Amino acid sequence: MRLTRSKTPKQGASHKKWTIGFSITAILIWFFYAFVMYNLPEGPQTIFQNWLPPTTVNEAMVWVICALGLNIVVGYAGLLDLGFVAFWAIGGYSAGWFMSTFFRQVNIHIFSASDAADQPGIHVSFWGVLILGGIICAVFGIIIGAPTLRLKSDYLALVTLGFGEIIPQVFTNGENIGGFNISNGTKGISPIDNVELPGKILGPFDFSWKFAIFVFLTAVMVYVSLRLRKGRLGRAWLAIREDELAASMMGVALMPTKLAAYAVGAFSGGVGGVAFATHVNGIFADRFNFSISIILLAMVVLGGMGNVWGVMVGALLIAWINSTGLPAFGDLVNNTFGTTINFPSYNFLLFGGVLILMMLYKREGMIPESRLKAILHESDDETANLGGTH
Amino acid sequence: MSLFIGGYQGRQIRRRYLERILISVATFGILYWLGINFIKSPSQFFQASIIGLSNGVLYALIALGYTLVYGIIELINFAHGDLFMLSAVFSANFITIWFHKESSGPAAWGVFFMCLVSVMLAAASVNIGIERFAYRRLRRAPKLAPLITAVGVSFVLQFIGLRWNGSGPKTWNSVLPAGKLSFSGISIPYTTMISFAVTIPLLLLMSWIVTRTRQGKAMRATAQDQDAARLMGINVDRTISFTFALGGALAGAAGLLFQQTRGLTSYNLGYQLGLIAFTSAVMGGIGNLQGAVLGALLIGLIQGLNDGLPIGLGQQWSQTVVFSILILLMAFKPTGLLGKAVTEKV
Repeated sequence: MRLTRSKTPKQGASHKKWTIGFSITAILIWFFYAFVMYNLPEGPQTIFQNWLPPTTVNEAMVWVICALGLNIVVGYAGLLDLGFVAFWAIGGYSAGWFMSTFFRQVNIHIFSASDAADQPGIHVSFWGVLILGGIICAVFGIIIGAPTLRLKSDYLALVTLGFGEIIPQVFTNGENIGGFNISNGTKGISPIDNVELPGKILGPFDFSWKFAIFVFLTAVMVYVSLRLRKGRLGRAWLAIREDELAASMMGVALMPTKLAAYAVGAFSGGVGGVAFATHVNGIFADRFNFSISIILLAMVVLGGMGNVWGVMVGALLIAWINSTGLPAFGDLVNNTFGTTINFPSYNFLLFGGVLILMMLYKREGMIPESRLKAILHESDDETANLGGTH
Repeated sequence: MSLFIGGYQGRQIRRRYLERILISVATFGILYWLGINFIKSPSQFFQASIIGLSNGVLYALIALGYTLVYGIIELINFAHGDLFMLSAVFSANFITIWFHKESSGPAAWGVFFMCLVSVMLAAASVNIGIERFAYRRLRRAPKLAPLITAVGVSFVLQFIGLRWNGSGPKTWNSVLPAGKLSFSGISIPYTTMISFAVTIPLLLLMSWIVTRTRQGKAMRATAQDQDAARLMGINVDRTISFTFALGGALAGAAGLLFQQTRGLTSYNLGYQLGLIAFTSAVMGGIGNLQGAVLGALLIGLIQGLNDGLPIGLGQQWSQTVVFSILILLMAFKPTGLLGKAVTEKV
């Protein structure tokens, strides 16, 4: 395969196009949920409440943020991560630690929301916690990556899987670790401080403004992903994904480059975790299980590994099917045909079937990245079957 | 001293030195922990070991399926744990619902052996089917593709389990004798002895098939080099199917034993046990059959001791202990206890 660099005459111009499209879509959606939806007549409003309520939209945005992070690890650098839920959980608990009355013993306020000013505990501003949570996750990413990134890909997948099992269990049993309560066990930490925008404090049900924040975070993630992809680091990631040995011969330092992918991915997982904690106004240990890691992976793979827009579409679609799409569709079918099929219980079959069929017939995802498509179908070439390429 | 040599060689030596210190500290810590527990309550120590080993043989049966498949096509077969789960549900239905056997007796034992044979056949055929329809076409594809397919198959099997067994766990009566053999404070349940009595011949049979038969030789050849094996006239597709059948049959036996000794089935059983079994396979050195059994017994023992000893982390940390071992092992000895270092082919 020839690795010619795509011609980009002006760096600025390439970002202008998507920024405009993205902003217009985001503003339209925001405007709809902030002003139009609750003024609609009874009928259409119920339809939207059933099919696309604002809470589903916001949750889907959190999934998008995390999936974009996983995309950097899996899609760009080609490192399989089966324990991404750990970063989501750590991010969420950083919101629990630094934005609530959980640590009552101390009284620390750093740019905290004004309604939390007189409460005990650690209160850091939402934006500060986003960065803090991201950094904590990135550090964990490096800690777990440093000793294991020299392993073969399968072993790496397994180590991340183990990590994704350990972290949630630590939080579930975290009520008493050597006498300290670090996570409040299964009861979880709730409530979380409100987010404060200039002149406005967002309550737990202020969906449209939170949507604005989440969209902004997503836009930052998209921008970062696209910039990194074009830059030196991104090209090094792609080189490692395509041929590790060749990349190292060409002077790509394998370990630092892989660690960078882990750190950036983990950072956005942390950001997603903090966002999720503010979305549900709390953090609960039992939410974090293996299926989250798998669903995130499915989002990345089905959308199109390595393609930011594909991953975004995949994440929105799967998150929607998971939360309200499938139940609403089931209700529609049951009401129309008078059946009583429990559609959400077919979730497993749907996911499993789609994963298998996509891998068999459309490996590159819904919106594929051209380079990856070429690699994934290299083996379909007749001549490749004759030579022993493993 | 060697610690002060600079450059690449020095780093290697320092690394090896550090590893040796860490391993010694860990070994000493574990021995100390076992020692104080043994002094505190010897009977509890043996009891926990017996429970641990009886879990270990189950893990061994499942771990062999992972290691066989990984050895031959380098795929982590995520669906294997769920095949075990389906076998457990199948056995429960076979014995309790289809043959109405709820208590021990000669007729019930007959049903038990019939069930052993049928569940092994059923699981083997399901595994062959999975390989034929999902994995075979992806054999030459990049590694990520079959791995994700395996996750998909695992979901489909879980769905079948969910439909068949219901969304909650179900309890069943065992047809195995319920008593136990006890001497000087230690008791060994008959069920544990029966699981050993079923497992050990199966493991011996397995090892005989792989090392002594023509088909076993074909398996080993295919694992080494598929193309060379094909050139030597080995039917690679059939050999891989046979490997899946072997792994499936062992998972089937494990399902029956689990269902009969614990009296419990649930649709999400396969995921946890599968992960533990795979960890055991990795611990012993993946692709190595003896290693898988050794790793499984060790993991079972560690889990049993951790859960049952008076001074231990307790059951709620079981998973964490197992996976911490896995991560440490991966970081320091990725080839496992019995595995040989394989240099990457270029």
